[in-house]
Amino acid sequence: MDELMKTVREYVVREYIEEGDDREVTDTTPLISGGIVDSFSMVSLKRFLERKYQIQIPDAQATPEAFDSVTKIAELVRRFKPDA
Amino acid sequence: MSNIGSYEERLQGFDWSIAEQELGYTPGGRINIGWYCSDRICDLGLGQKHALLWEDAQGVAKKFTYDDLRCYSNSIAAFLQGLGIQPGERVCLFMDRVPELYIGFVAILKMGAVVQPLFSAFGDESLWTRLENAQTTAIVTQKKHLPKVRKIKDKLPYLKHIIVVDAPQTTLREGETSFNLDEAPKVDVFEVYPSTAETPSVLHYTSGTTGQPKGAQHVHYSIISQYLTAKWVLDLQADDIYWCNADPGWVTGTSYGIIGPWANGVTQAVLDSGFGTERWYAFIQKYRITVWYSAPTAIRLLMREGTEVARKYDLSSLRHLASVGEPLNAEAVIWSQEAYGLQFHDTFWQTETGCMVITNYPGMPIKPGSMGKPFPGITATVLNPRTFEPVNQVGMVGLIALRPGWPSMIRGYWNNPTGYANKFANGWYLCGDRASIDRDGYYWFVGRDDDVINTGGHLVGPFEIESALLEHPAVAESAAVAKPDPVNMEVVKAFITLKPGFEPSDDLELEIMNFIRKRLSPLAMPQEIEFSPGLPKTRSGKIMRRVLRAREFGEPVGDISTLMDE
Repeated sequence: MDELMKTVREYVVREYIEEGDDREVTDTTPLISGGIVDSFSMVSLKRFLERKYQIQIPDAQATPEAFDSVTKIAELVRRFKPDA
Repeated sequence: MSNIGSYEERLQGFDWSIAEQELGYTPGGRINIGWYCSDRICDLGLGQKHALLWEDAQGVAKKFTYDDLRCYSNSIAAFLQGLGIQPGERVCLFMDRVPELYIGFVAILKMGAVVQPLFSAFGDESLWTRLENAQTTAIVTQKKHLPKVRKIKDKLPYLKHIIVVDAPQTTLREGETSFNLDEAPKVDVFEVYPSTAETPSVLHYTSGTTGQPKGAQHVHYSIISQYLTAKWVLDLQADDIYWCNADPGWVTGTSYGIIGPWANGVTQAVLDSGFGTERWYAFIQKYRITVWYSAPTAIRLLMREGTEVARKYDLSSLRHLASVGEPLNAEAVIWSQEAYGLQFHDTFWQTETGCMVITNYPGMPIKPGSMGKPFPGITATVLNPRTFEPVNQVGMVGLIALRPGWPSMIRGYWNNPTGYANKFANGWYLCGDRASIDRDGYYWFVGRDDDVINTGGHLVGPFEIESALLEHPAVAESAAVAKPDPVNMEVVKAFITLKPGFEPSDDLELEIMNFIRKRLSPLAMPQEIEFSPGLPKTRSGKIMRRVLRAREFGEPVGDISTLMDE
């Protein structure tokens, strides 16, 4: 089990899926284009990642595409922290 | 040849009766937006033409002809009538951009109720505020949004019906009713409510500097100017495939995401999906979109991805582009010419105006960065902020003001006559924005004239955010102001003093951000929080937001003679 992806997935479910909403989030579920996380909420997700992994993600790389799935987010984080 | 032809010639002797005649409306007679958007188009022999081409994030697609729209809206209207919902009652649509939202909008108007569309990303607090204020009796929603409704329903004594469009009755609770459009009978004959010009139609909530959001009350006569502006400014023509990016939870998504195109009998495409550059381009390519009405925030996100991505797709179907929500910067206009071979035409208007009022027109030279010129039939000016007289001087900044009286101007704020009266001065309606006019008559946006935050094209009221912040156990005092942002024009920044026993930390900042996002909406979430031992106040104890805002924008703080010693 990839610990980074697990952490991201659990955070997304806890923070962006309403209690009682039974939508499933997998590692490839479209988050931004699928309407689970909107472009404004992306800011709080980015903030979470930066704090959790002690990294700085430049705004130019924090694109909706880069945040569009748990897998893509994990790839983005590993660009700045390869051992995460 | 564009629909408007020559702007200058259209100004001569303009009268809104042009639209009345084209729509076959006789003053004093019946006028129902729902009927105009569906039955009338079928009566014109266009029943088999597509009204809606819909696709979701997973690629599931549906198509509806105008005859489908007519019959399914009848089905929903009959269903709502069957529940006992009466004309004049407020019926909320709280859904993503699913077909039921668009068809339901038409249906509610056809049965004479007032449609209250709300942005589905609203949290339970924002939803409650608006339903409570409007004394809404019914809400139509989706299973995914039902938890938010359930959380607040006991605090809404007027709310009698919760209708869920995608859940079987067996999964619902008492007071909740399932309605499945796919299984509903297509009702061929429905007696449309005999509304007249001043019958209330749409209730959109908008934010101001003070107090909670206000319900902007529109009437059925609004279709006169929505029809004509869609025709002349968006240049909608018979063969167009039109795409409006706006969500019908906001006024653009109803005036030009439903009423304008359908009153013109045009086919519109809807993508029920979040933003994605390639997803959007693929959608334009697939549906051969010809007219695209977007927003500066989206355009700036597309710009970030560059022209190369755009060139991967066949976007040659596009023939006219327009933008709304906030001023479109000159760079975006120039970039769109490079990326699409077309310039975005900026349009200025707001919830209260119901239709575009100052815009750029097909055929009229665009001055990149300018708002354009007043629509024929709209008397606009900029006023001296002290005398409320027109400044009458080229380049002089003043308050954007309009002479009341165009068809789609709101008739008031719901249960708030004082708030409405405060929007006027010296016989002018004040938009709350500042601009100047150049020697050619083009308007140039300068900024808001109040504390309202324009983020991503949506107005967010600081009071609502500050009130919600105070509900967090750590927050003693708060102020919410605009902060400049390269993509969204402005974002929310909050200044907070903490209660004893709480210390500033990164974790607390993130916790407060998420607290506001869930209670209000992602738009209202502060994208930055500054913890401060105190906030600037007047001697009477009022927090001086303008001082904080000025610091964020690097502007002079102005008169601070009333500032209490810190």
